Amino acid sequence: MTGLGASSAGDPSAEVPALAQGEMAYQARRTRVRQVMGRVLMYCLLIVIAATFLLPIAWMLSSSLKYDAQVYTIPPSFIPRPVRLANYPEALAYLPWGTYLYNTMVRYALPSVVGVLLSCSVVAYGFSRLQWRGRDVLFFVCIATMMIPYQVTMIPLFILYKRLGWVNTYLPLTVIAFFGSPYLIFMFRQFFLGIPSELSDAARIDGCSEMGILVRIIVPLAKPAYAVAALFQFMYVWHDYLGPLIYLSKKDLRVVAIGLAFMRDQLFFRAAQGQSYPYLMAMASVFAVPIILLFFLAQRTFIEGVALTGLKG
Amino acid sequence: MLQRGLHPSSESRRVVQGLLFISPWLIGFLIFAVYPIAASAFYSFTQYDVLTSPKFVGFANYAELLTRDETMRVVTQNTFWWVGIAVPLGVAVAFLLANFLNAEIWGRSAFRAIFFIPSIIPAVVATLVWQWVLNPQYGLIDGYLASLGLRIIPFLGSPLLSKPTLTLVHCWAQGSAIVIFLAALQDVPRTLYEAALVDGANAWHRFWRITVPLCTPAMLFLLVTGLIGGFQNFTFPWLLTQGGPARSTEFYSIYLYRNAFMYFKMGYASALAWLLFLLVVVVTVLVFRSSARWAYYGSSE
Repeated sequence: MTGLGASSAGDPSAEVPALAQGEMAYQARRTRVRQVMGRVLMYCLLIVIAATFLLPIAWMLSSSLKYDAQVYTIPPSFIPRPVRLANYPEALAYLPWGTYLYNTMVRYALPSVVGVLLSCSVVAYGFSRLQWRGRDVLFFVCIATMMIPYQVTMIPLFILYKRLGWVNTYLPLTVIAFFGSPYLIFMFRQFFLGIPSELSDAARIDGCSEMGILVRIIVPLAKPAYAVAALFQFMYVWHDYLGPLIYLSKKDLRVVAIGLAFMRDQLFFRAAQGQSYPYLMAMASVFAVPIILLFFLAQRTFIEGVALTGLKG
Repeated sequence: MLQRGLHPSSESRRVVQGLLFISPWLIGFLIFAVYPIAASAFYSFTQYDVLTSPKFVGFANYAELLTRDETMRVVTQNTFWWVGIAVPLGVAVAFLLANFLNAEIWGRSAFRAIFFIPSIIPAVVATLVWQWVLNPQYGLIDGYLASLGLRIIPFLGSPLLSKPTLTLVHCWAQGSAIVIFLAALQDVPRTLYEAALVDGANAWHRFWRITVPLCTPAMLFLLVTGLIGGFQNFTFPWLLTQGGPARSTEFYSIYLYRNAFMYFKMGYASALAWLLFLLVVVVTVLVFRSSARWAYYGSSE
C-alpha cells in the first residue's frame, strides 16, 4: 500500500488479557473506520477532479448538438434541448474538410511516419547495438539538440526553404522526418538496449551483416517500439499547428488543425450568422474524437511509450 | 561481445560502420541543426527582411533588445513567470494526481484515461473549447455566476487573471507527466513501505521520506523538459489570448514569432532566438546543478 490513506492495524497476540484485547479491538475498529473514511474522501476528490478534467470535453460535445440560441442562454445548460444533429453535416460542409483531411493524412502524416520509422530505428541501432569509439558522445549531442529552442532554427530554415522553393509544399514538414527525431531515436535506443546481445553475437558468428541483423532479428522483436513511434509521430503531426502555419499559406494546402483555426476566425467575424459556436464545437469534436478513440484502442501502447522515454536513462 | 581486434584498422572500421548507421541523423544534424544555428547567429548581427539582402549592423539588435525594447521587458517577465510558477506547478499537480491514481482504487484505469485524454486533444481544439468554457458572458462558469447575480470572473479578459488561467489549462493537460510519475511510483519497492510501517511511520512520513525522494529522478526529467518546453510555449497562449490582454500573456516565443513573421525583422528575431537559447541553457544547467542536492538515485530497478 502506498501514499495516502493506508495504515495497518495491530496484531493482537493470544496471550494478552481479555481487557487489553477489547481495547485493541476497539482501536483496530477505529483505525479501520479511519481507513474507510480516508478512502471515501479520496474517491470523492478523484471524482471531482476527474469531472473537472472532463468538463471541457463534455461541454464541447453538448454544445455541438445545440441550436445557436441555446448556446447563449444563462445559466448555461449541459443538455441540448432539442438536439440538433444537423450541426455536424452542416459544419462539415462549411469548409473542404475532405481536402484538409487528405492533406493531413496523406501528404503530411504518411511520409512523416514512414520517414521517422525508417530513420530513427536505423540510427538507434547504430547508437545501441554497435560498439564504436565516440558513440556515446555523439548520442549525447543528439539528445542535447532537443534543448535547442525551435525558434533558433526556425528562421534560417524558413529562409533556406524559401530559396529552395519549398514554401507552400509539404517538403519542409516531411523531409526532415527522414533524418531522425532525437526523441524517437532515444526511445528506440532504450528499447534496443533491452534486446539480449547474444542474439546479435550468434548472428555475427554465422556471418550475418549488421544490416541483416537489424532487419532480420531486431526489427521483428521491436514491433512494440515501432507501434509506439508510429503513434507518437502521428499524434505530433495531427496536432501540429505552427509548422503548417509557417510553411503553408495556400488555401487548398491546409491541414485540419489550420482549417479549424481558420473556421474559428471566420465565424467570429460573422457571429451574427447563427450556428457559429455549435458548428465550431461540432468540428472540434470531429477533430478530437478520433484521437480519443485511438487512445482507447491503443491505451497500453500509449502509456508504455510515454513511460519508456520518461524513465530509463 | 566486442569483436577483438589487435589490428588498428578494426577499430576505425567499427567507427565507420557506426557513423554509417547514424548517418541519417548526422547529416540531418548538420543540415537542420548546425547550419541553422550558425546562420541564425549570423542573421542576428544583421537587419534582414527577406526581400532585400541582409545588412550588417553588428551588436545593434542585441543592444536594442537589452536596453531600449519596452516589450522585451514585459515579455521576459511573462516568460519567467511562466517558467518559474506554471511549469513547477504543473509537475507538482501531476505528481499529486499520480499519487492518487497509485493508491489501490477501483476504476484506476478509467481515471487514468480521463486524466490522460486532455493531453492528447489537439491544442486548436482545446483552446477553442476553453475559450468557450471561460467566456465571460455565456461560459460554463461565468454564465452560472451571472445567473446567480454574482460578479463574473474575467478569466481571459483581465491582465491579472490571464496567466493564472493559462496555468490552469496547462495543469489540465499534464496527462503524460501523470503517466510518467505513475510508472516511477510503481517502481518504488513495496518493501520500503513495509519496513517503514513496521517502524511506525505514518502516511505523511511515508510520503515525504520514501515516495518523494525516490521520485526525484522523474521529477528532474519532467522539470527539465517542462522548462525547455515552457520557454518555447507558443500554441496555447497564441490561440487563447494572442498575447493579450494588455500583453499579459505575450510570451517570448510569441514575441519572436511576431518579429519574424509579422514584422519581418528576421535579424531582430534571430537575436531574440539566441538570447532564448542562452536562457534555456543557463536555466537547464542551473537546475541540473541544483539537482545534485535534491535528486536521489539510490534505488535501481
